[in-house]
Amino acid sequence: MKKIEAIIKPFKLDEVKDALAEVGLAGMTVTEVKGFGRQKGHTEVYRGSEYTVDFLPKIKLEIVVDDAQLEEASKAIIAAAKTGKIGDGKVFILPVEEAIRIRTDETGAEAV
Amino acid sequence: MKAITHKLKQSLLIWLFVILPLAGLSPALMADDEAAPPEAETTEEPASSDTEETESTDEEESEEAEAGPVDDYQGLLDNQGDGAPAFDFFATSMLWTVIAAAMVFIMHLGFSALEVGLTRSKNTVNILFKNAFIIAIGLITYAILGFNTHYPGEFNGWLSIGKPIGDLNADGGDTWGYGGLSLAMTGYGDFIFQAMFAATAATIVSGAVAERVKLSSFLIFATLLVGIAYPIVGSWHWGGGVLSGMDFKDFAGSAVVHAFGGFAALACVLILGPRKGKYDENGNVKPIPGHNMPLAAVGVFLLWFGWYGFNGGSVLSADPTPLGLVFTTTSLAAAAGVISAALVSWIVFSKPDLSMALNGALAGLVGITANADIVSPWSSVIIGLIAGVIVVFSVIALDKAGIDDPVGAISVHGTCGIWGILAAYFFQLPDSGVVLGSQIKGILLVAIAAFAFSAVVFGALKATIGVRVSDEEEEEGLDKAEHGAEAYPDFN
Repeated sequence: MKKIEAIIKPFKLDEVKDALAEVGLAGMTVTEVKGFGRQKGHTEVYRGSEYTVDFLPKIKLEIVVDDAQLEEASKAIIAAAKTGKIGDGKVFILPVEEAIRIRTDETGAEAV
Repeated sequence: MKAITHKLKQSLLIWLFVILPLAGLSPALMADDEAAPPEAETTEEPASSDTEETESTDEEESEEAEAGPVDDYQGLLDNQGDGAPAFDFFATSMLWTVIAAAMVFIMHLGFSALEVGLTRSKNTVNILFKNAFIIAIGLITYAILGFNTHYPGEFNGWLSIGKPIGDLNADGGDTWGYGGLSLAMTGYGDFIFQAMFAATAATIVSGAVAERVKLSSFLIFATLLVGIAYPIVGSWHWGGGVLSGMDFKDFAGSAVVHAFGGFAALACVLILGPRKGKYDENGNVKPIPGHNMPLAAVGVFLLWFGWYGFNGGSVLSADPTPLGLVFTTTSLAAAAGVISAALVSWIVFSKPDLSMALNGALAGLVGITANADIVSPWSSVIIGLIAGVIVVFSVIALDKAGIDDPVGAISVHGTCGIWGILAAYFFQLPDSGVVLGSQIKGILLVAIAAFAFSAVVFGALKATIGVRVSDEEEEEGLDKAEHGAEAYPDFN
């Protein structure tokens, strides 16, 4: 089992969700996050004074998949989230030791 | 989805072909079938409006009634007998005054929403608490001493501390001669309208000192400001004191309400200092954006709405001629203020700034408040346009000078209050009789009095119990530090 953590542009969430659904993955956890990478921040104006906003709003999408589905899933995310411009985000893949469905006590691949 | 659109279409069709024609027909139906009720009403009061053909049988008022429909309201005012037209006018005026009072009350919600919107979420409970306290303490202190200090009757022109209000209906409600002023309202009508104004001064200060003032000190200061200082300064103008003696023109209170609040706020902010993080080491401005712009916009729209009561009610009767003019000039000045503040901010900052456009509406409203009944509609547009420009540059200048005013209260109420007083002279209609010297003397007197009182009282509070929360409390937010509460505590 692997966990995919994808940081994406907020307005790309719907497309990414649909792309994952197309490859048969329906469950995911989504968090509103802020941060910056190479894109850096940008300036805003409030009552006549400019200020820098360092932390840009992003969406963090977390999904745990069976090893067999990993490549399909990460490709789907990358294809759907790509605009080709700076700030598209990143995908991280982490190993997962165990998964348990609380309702049924199922474990492993059954639980994800 | 399809079912819903179908239903929508159906109801639209019903509306188009059934309800609309019915509504269109109804006046005609009414005219045929129900011609009686209006007549029945008029027979009770033979001399009210469209009763030209009704032969007057009123014993006392026959002369008045023969003059035809009520075409001369001034004549009505002169007629202080107990005839029907005079009573109609009195009752309508009284009704309008209490409605206006309720509209001024809503301004306090507007102030609260604007202040919450333009500050950070961690201080929301504190701001709402201050505003709830201010309107409450404003009404109570006005009953205890404010009203009779504000309107002392015969006095030395400077100071007369009043007693608590008594039975203001004691004269049987026949108050055409109430207070010797021939007001078209009862004593209670006069009281409640003026009482709603009183808390405004402290509300203005509340916005300027937000996010760092110590709650207990602010509440003591606000109580003294609305309970004592505001009615004393008000008595100079509306109570027949020194300002009214010099023909000072301030229709609904650009000076005695708004500039008073603005200069009180200036004194407090100078004593209090800026919020932490508003300026960097080199003194450059680092903006602290408000957390809820929708709420700020709601606040300004509520204030604008309430201003019709503030200015419109200040006609002090339902006299149609000034009332229509005041509503028109008030609206046009507010609209012009939005447009000029929006354009100026767009040009100066190269981006259109919502908070400045909102401040522009209030600037126009404050600017027209002193003169709404003595300027032409096109003058009111110019007054509003200039107010909108003034407020933008005033906000920038105060920010640069290190005077941190989160909501722009000093600029909106103080700076534009001065403008309103001067505009009364520059834009007055012929025969208004506004004198520049009196306007300058009047605004100086009010501004200095508000500033001096606030500097002394707030300064004394600083020297004793302190006026500012600790750095840690300010960073944590006043909601948790002062109230142990959060405005948005839920996790979901």
